[in-house]
Amino acid sequence: MSTLSVHDHGVAHHEDDHGHHHHKETFISKYIFSMDHKMIAKQFLITGITMAVIAMILSILFRIQLAYPDKAFPLMETLLGRFAPQGRLDSNFYLALVTIHGTIMVFFVLTAGLSGTFSNLLIPLQVGARDMASPFMNMLSYWFFFLASVIMLSSFFIQKGPASGGWTIYPPLSAMPKAMPGSGMGMTLWLISMVFFIASSLMGGINYVSTVLNMRTKGMDLWKMPLTIWAFFLTAILGILSFPVLVAGVVLLIFDRSFGTSFYLSEIVLNGTQVQPFEGGSPILFQHLFWFLGHPEVYIVIMPAMGISSEIMSVNSRKPIFGYHAMVYSLIGITVLSFIVWGHHMFVTGMNPFLGGVFMITTLIIAVPSAVKTFNWLATLWRGNIRFTAGMLFAIGMVSFFISGGITGIFLGNAALDINLHDTYFVVAHFHLVMGSAAIFGMLAGVYHWFPKMFGRMMNERLGYLHFWLTFIGAYLVFFPMHFMGLDGVPRRYYAFTEFESMKQWLSVNMFVTWAAIMAAVAQTAFLFNFFYSIFFGKKATQNPWEANTLEWTAPVEHIHGNWPGDIPAVYRWPYDYSKPGADEDFILQTVPLSQTMNSNLPHDFEDNPTGLEEHNKWVNTQKSNEQVK
Amino acid sequence: MMAQIQQEDKLNLAPKKFNMWIFIFTSFMFFAALTSGFIVYAGGGKHGINFKMPQVFLYSTIIIAASSITMFMASRAAKRVQIAQQRLFLSLTIGLGVAFFAIQVYAWLILLPSMGIYFSNPNASQSFVYVFIWMHLLHILAGLLLLINTLIRSYKNVAPVKNLFNMQMSSIFWHFVDIIWIYLYVFLLLNQY
Repeated sequence: MSTLSVHDHGVAHHEDDHGHHHHKETFISKYIFSMDHKMIAKQFLITGITMAVIAMILSILFRIQLAYPDKAFPLMETLLGRFAPQGRLDSNFYLALVTIHGTIMVFFVLTAGLSGTFSNLLIPLQVGARDMASPFMNMLSYWFFFLASVIMLSSFFIQKGPASGGWTIYPPLSAMPKAMPGSGMGMTLWLISMVFFIASSLMGGINYVSTVLNMRTKGMDLWKMPLTIWAFFLTAILGILSFPVLVAGVVLLIFDRSFGTSFYLSEIVLNGTQVQPFEGGSPILFQHLFWFLGHPEVYIVIMPAMGISSEIMSVNSRKPIFGYHAMVYSLIGITVLSFIVWGHHMFVTGMNPFLGGVFMITTLIIAVPSAVKTFNWLATLWRGNIRFTAGMLFAIGMVSFFISGGITGIFLGNAALDINLHDTYFVVAHFHLVMGSAAIFGMLAGVYHWFPKMFGRMMNERLGYLHFWLTFIGAYLVFFPMHFMGLDGVPRRYYAFTEFESMKQWLSVNMFVTWAAIMAAVAQTAFLFNFFYSIFFGKKATQNPWEANTLEWTAPVEHIHGNWPGDIPAVYRWPYDYSKPGADEDFILQTVPLSQTMNSNLPHDFEDNPTGLEEHNKWVNTQKSNEQVK
Repeated sequence: MMAQIQQEDKLNLAPKKFNMWIFIFTSFMFFAALTSGFIVYAGGGKHGINFKMPQVFLYSTIIIAASSITMFMASRAAKRVQIAQQRLFLSLTIGLGVAFFAIQVYAWLILLPSMGIYFSNPNASQSFVYVFIWMHLLHILAGLLLLINTLIRSYKNVAPVKNLFNMQMSSIFWHFVDIIWIYLYVFLLLNQY
């Protein structure tokens, strides 16, 4: 008890402090080196969107090459210079485009842009904290990310172009600077950028975990946390455990590149003549280290999207999330399982078939928590009083992509089928649907839903619908045909595979996919316009525009340092009391005590609370006897 | 006591200490990855470490273990608000840390090369020994900076709570780098042939 009163006291002090700070706030401390989690969230979001647009443009460039492998576009030469001599994309630059597109999308957009934005915005606001555990570290986290982005993009301006060994940077290609143009300076920049990026995500992740575990408001026990917070929390744990492993792999790679060691390099001859001095190294070792991060990484990408979609779908179905506990346990299940499946990326590396079998089984087990989540989302929608806001549409879109991309995961997780499907377009189709499109839809859902919280204004709904339908249809048109190409054995990352006699027939499909991609890319201007226009001229938001229960909507629309004026609100119930029978409205904020909602209380609201249950029973009995009198 | 808790809450110290623990987890995963990498490499190939760990690493291990003891004494002094003792033991810890650093540097600059064991080496098991030493030294360096920072601040008349907090942060980290070295040393001993 005493700790509670002490806590409140401390908070009051804090208030005084922030009053003083407020006057000293300059442009630099408010907008640039801000330590306020809401500002940092916006910085992450806008940087993330910028990187996403860049990576999308890169993808359009290589899609044009795939659709028109023997056509020259003089405009390309004007834009890209030596990377597109005579208007045709240089083959090495094509590989660089694929590599940097993947790297930016996976790490800079869907890891930093997604977790960075929404963990920063929502963790303090939804658990009821003034700010992160260490605001200073939080600020560093953003600036390391920014630096990493700049370094990554700067590799386009060096002589030999950016890294081009694929986003997985497998040695020996990446370990020998002379192996290809992109393995020189470009690869070095890639590695430096990733070191900063990892430092950024670790600092962020450490803060998220610490804040969730230590700084929840009064009454906010773990089982009263919204699913968004659970998802961000478990995502941060994944990052903390897996990113250091990538650092280890990268450190050894740097030694191989620059110090003449042979961790990953064995006997090899370069360009047919130059015998290299390496011996005995194991390129498979890198794959182990890489995928020990790499597989959790895909869940780092998708889990925040899952949490965001769960929350948005519950709010807009006006129903409690179906199976809250099952949702949490399935997230935990995915977290644990994600560490013991990395081998399914390496089925064809000559892995012991027995080990392949083990990895296959663990991989297929992930289908269980994933299916639990999927069915729970569908059951949440079932007979809900659905409000089709733009955010809601994107959340449903996320579920759609997760299903259609997840099913092909079952094919790929099979060690025998993978012999055929490995490194084909089937893989490309699979992960672009299940983690690419699904995660970006989760992120966009979050942007539409929490835009009023971030900027105090609403985004335009009609433009949102336009954006949704064009993107949704576009994404399916782009990625669905790739399954069939993959089944036919078309390899990924090839510059002009339609030149092969046996794959010629795919040229028309490639053209179709490219035009679908261009349409989807153009559709993003609807979003970009909507986003930036609404920041300044959008309709003013009310405090709780979606009539949601969670704590962030009890904070004032105007951002203040410390989030709530006065005391942090206490929490009395879980976040999903929507359409509770007997309640006056179809939502009850987490901050409303059960004593104010006698009409709608149910016996199970009083688990672990015998006094409350007694009061409840007494009230019910009185009501009954009153009824009889009438 | 009451005042202390209030102070702590205002400065948000508990969550910051927790941050340090999580950071230690990340560091631990880093070394776990390096040693697992070693196991995969040595297990799959023809190369082992192929030399006996020189005696000098035993001395450095003893020194770093001793520094953990002085660190503990320094923390205890800080808890009892015996500032002079705290400074003494803290300085001792720093001294031992520097000695450890020096021995490790001697080992990789002079001793190992004189034994014909080089970093640029077709046998990556031997390169791994260097990587372990370097990556650990990086942590030692960070630990030393943290200790020096704590020592300097203890002269600057900070509030006892803040002083204790600095002390705890640096001691969590220092004990950790100590334990990591012992882990690496034992790991190398077990794999030395």
